[in-house]
Amino acid sequence: MSDGTKPASDELPSSDELRDRSRTALQSQQQPTVTVLSSLIAVQDALHYIPDEAIEETATHMKSTINDVWSVASFYTNFRFTPPGDHTIDVCWGPSCHLNGAQNVMRRVHTELGVEEEGETADGKLTLRYSTCLGACALAPVIAVDHHMKGRMSPDSAAAVVDELKGA
Amino acid sequence: MSVAFAELRQKAEAEWQSLIAGDRPWIRVGLGTSGEAAGAEDAYDALTEALGSDARVSFVGSMGLCYAEPLIDVQLPGASRVFYNNLGADEVVDVVSSHLKSGRADANRAFAWHGDERPEGLGAIARLSELPTIQPQTRLATRLAGDIDPRDLSQYIANGGYSALEKALEDMDPASVLDEVKNSGLRGRGGAAFPTGVKWGFLAPNPAPVKYVLCNCEEGDPGAFNDKGILESCPHTLLEGLILAGYATNSSNGVIFIRQGHTLPIENSRKAVQDAYAAGLLGQNILGSDFSYDVEVALTGDSYVAGEETALMEAIEGKRSQPRYRPPFPAAAGLWGKPSNINNVKTLSYAPTIIRDGADAFKGVGIESTSGTAILCITGAVNRPGMYEVAMGSLTVRQAVEDVAGGIRDGKTMKLFQAGGPLFGPIGEEGFDTPIDFDSIGQTTGSLGSGGIIIGDEDVCAVNLVRNLMSFNQFESCGKCFPCRLGMTHMVETLERISQNEGREDDLALMERMGASMRMGSLCGHGQLGYNPVASALKYFEPDFRSHMDEKKCPTGACGDGSMVTPTRTRP
Repeated sequence: MSDGTKPASDELPSSDELRDRSRTALQSQQQPTVTVLSSLIAVQDALHYIPDEAIEETATHMKSTINDVWSVASFYTNFRFTPPGDHTIDVCWGPSCHLNGAQNVMRRVHTELGVEEEGETADGKLTLRYSTCLGACALAPVIAVDHHMKGRMSPDSAAAVVDELKGA
Repeated sequence: MSVAFAELRQKAEAEWQSLIAGDRPWIRVGLGTSGEAAGAEDAYDALTEALGSDARVSFVGSMGLCYAEPLIDVQLPGASRVFYNNLGADEVVDVVSSHLKSGRADANRAFAWHGDERPEGLGAIARLSELPTIQPQTRLATRLAGDIDPRDLSQYIANGGYSALEKALEDMDPASVLDEVKNSGLRGRGGAAFPTGVKWGFLAPNPAPVKYVLCNCEEGDPGAFNDKGILESCPHTLLEGLILAGYATNSSNGVIFIRQGHTLPIENSRKAVQDAYAAGLLGQNILGSDFSYDVEVALTGDSYVAGEETALMEAIEGKRSQPRYRPPFPAAAGLWGKPSNINNVKTLSYAPTIIRDGADAFKGVGIESTSGTAILCITGAVNRPGMYEVAMGSLTVRQAVEDVAGGIRDGKTMKLFQAGGPLFGPIGEEGFDTPIDFDSIGQTTGSLGSGGIIIGDEDVCAVNLVRNLMSFNQFESCGKCFPCRLGMTHMVETLERISQNEGREDDLALMERMGASMRMGSLCGHGQLGYNPVASALKYFEPDFRSHMDEKKCPTGACGDGSMVTPTRTRP
């Protein structure tokens, strides 16, 4: 399970380092079938986003083109192209969560984070994402912090989760 | 029985005996995705820390009783199992330690028991099999959910696992395995309900040396989690089914296809495949037979349409998951241009029980038009949300909600159910007495789909719910066909207008027209069915629309100030 630890947002690695880390991620894929998509997933698992350098390295690794790699990377909504915050909060807006009050949870999380839509907080430390379904529908409404599920949320309990992250 | 399998089974059975009747108690913590969301991880950590080597603590998948999670199962050596429900990290150590120390279950906290003898001191606590959420179930594909550690091959084998594969390889040729599946009447559980044996029959005679059986666990339908539930609780059931499908269709390779980010199903499947190779259940000459078969786990990025069978193949090939033109059909030219078959997780997970117990036993469950079970995920405004495997046609929607899921929360009344995924709309009271099977639900405006049933109470506004569903459909349009890409966007804008009491008189007709274009001009079901949710809502809940349009108010107040937080984007 990913522990969600990420480099602090103010220490961005150099371009050479991003290239190196992308290459390492590309080369350490274990499964028999390696594709552009599997490569992008491997890079994002390692770096938490897809820098331009990784697009180029993936194209080289897969004997593909930058255009073709971009066409895949821009299609799947899990890929992101800027570094995320230190922690990521997913809030589900799928219908099971919706009918159990997800909109109120979402609005409260917006307020606590001081944001009006998906993305990073002003200090860049926390990332908010909207999720179409986190898969724990029976415990709706559900949020996740760094991929760890938290169910049966209320606006107040979601606010408490966000507060804890802000203090962390 | 082959020597190789006899050895595996003997070792597995000895290990199982030492687990259930060894020198230490065995504590199982339900830690599927739902357990995790209920805080079971913290309970597990607290238990392992407090008990040290006094007990063996394992995590198991969810039994489907999500309302009761965290669910902790305590078994003293050789004794019956005692279940404790909703036991979080704050109480779990006290309750379990005192049970272990005194040898007596805590009747005030216990939820159910399971075994031959009622554990001492449990008073009136029900047997697990008598619970209203368990008693109506016929568990075939989820038979071992909650009983075994999903990452322990041995525990699966000790409980009858891989005996179907062993039987097939030892006593049956591929054609008789295929016949057995045909005779069982099994229909695909991904939603289309196509007869599985017939589908396998398209692939089997193709003489190509490389042929694929693809298992679809994209499971993008919000409100459905039974595919992930199987992989979280017993991934070997699926893997055994996938190998049987490979054998029956003379295929060379299997692929398990899962959305990235679903950590437990991914890790469990990978571990299952790895262990199966190590045990000789995959690879060259499986269990000493002539049959060789390779399986790998492939991940997709987030894309709902990747669950469509040709888009799925594009994703495995590493491309944008957009549907292909047909023909050629997958059985002729599928993944990497090779003959392929695509089956849902649940469909394949029935194969072991069909081969082990025979087609007739499987046909004995369910109804004539659809044999076997429906694995329902009942969520929304109910008291006991969860995953329940019931015989096809054995319950109506109303019975499933009232008797199994415990009725509507807070004493409210049921207004609607929504089944079959986001491309189907809400169904009102007239549909509540529909039996749950493919054909009956299919005669309403809904679909049984993959088994997700979302329940709405009297506070739900149909316009509001449909706006949510259509926002999902808009967000997930792959963008290949413009009637879908643009139609979904306009449909969401129109619904937004109506829910904000600014609907125009011709808006309903406009959506119907757009829906007709989408049906004609889209390559896959996503666009073709795009108008469905609206049509269904209009059929059962036109007054909700009229209230917004004529009286300029939401019938229930659910639409609030008319704002709804959803992502809106179209794929580039």
